[in-house]
Amino acid sequence: MRLFHMFSPKTSGSIAKERISLLLISDRADCSPEMMEMMKKDIVHVISKYMAIDFENVELQIAQSDVKDGKKAGRVLLANIPIKDLRHVS
Amino acid sequence: MGEVIVVTSGKGGVGKTTTVANLGVGLAKAGKKVILVDTDIGLRNLDVVMGLENRIIYNLVDVLEGHCRIRQAEVKDKRYENLFLLPSAQTRDKTCVTPEQMITLTNELKQQYDYVILDCPAGIEQGFKNAIAGADHAIVVTTPEISAIRDADRIIGLLESAGFRKIHLIVNRIRMDMVRRGDMLSVQDVVDILAVELIGAIPDDEQIVISTNHGEPLAGKDCIAGIAYENISRRICGEDVPFLNLDAKKSIFFRLAGLFKPAS
Repeated sequence: MRLFHMFSPKTSGSIAKERISLLLISDRADCSPEMMEMMKKDIVHVISKYMAIDFENVELQIAQSDVKDGKKAGRVLLANIPIKDLRHVS
Repeated sequence: MGEVIVVTSGKGGVGKTTTVANLGVGLAKAGKKVILVDTDIGLRNLDVVMGLENRIIYNLVDVLEGHCRIRQAEVKDKRYENLFLLPSAQTRDKTCVTPEQMITLTNELKQQYDYVILDCPAGIEQGFKNAIAGADHAIVVTTPEISAIRDADRIIGLLESAGFRKIHLIVNRIRMDMVRRGDMLSVQDVVDILAVELIGAIPDDEQIVISTNHGEPLAGKDCIAGIAYENISRRICGEDVPFLNLDAKKSIFFRLAGLFKPAS
């Protein structure tokens, strides 16, 4: 069964999980997409002072950290910032 | 002193009322004295699910407005001596009740009952605020669909900010055949997404529809949903009941269910 799944396209269940996870992140953050975009720009601006980053592919997320003992373990801000060049650019 | 449990979901049609009726029967079978309160004013439903629609004289609003005493509005169940219903009003609306009135009512009820179970209306407005006001424990019902999960997440957030410490989750209408082929979120997926403690999962069982047709909740009956509801009732009483293996083939399940059936 599993073997077949490996070669078949994504199941609707995994699509649902992905969609609801993303949806809840913005619901829980209670902050508009515009605000997220502004925050992203500011973060990118600060980091760009120290290294060259791939501005186009920066991802920002507010996520629920893992469940511990059945309790919520708080929220985390995840930023995925691809680096183009580690050298100091100024 | 009894415990006041609110059963809520945000989204409508996920099985709140069915859950309340079945937990009522499950707890009553366990020997507890239970009252079910329908707080969905204007959309009365719990009475029909319980099969008690012809026995109503007074309702929740009559009690809160002082037209009658609580005792006069309580409807005794057909089958269980220790199970009661406090029906909602059909011709009024949610705004005629305040959270303060509900707190007073639940405080009185928990003096006399082991469990007071509140059937919460769908939505997050006045009716929801009234229903949760006097509760100590919240059970959030959801189905494995993204619309219901999204609303459940919102409800959990509201319950947490209202100071609820004890929030449990029921995942309703699980279809294992669909989960197996990857076309439905699994119970574990839903628990991971919502990050609250699971108190039970109810498989999609046509017996639920049949029992509602008859007006006789099926908790404790020899079908998979009946056993699942009975197990949740026992967990509410503090018993450590292992979760049903919904994944097992049906025939095997029933063989096992027969083996483990309590000798009552």
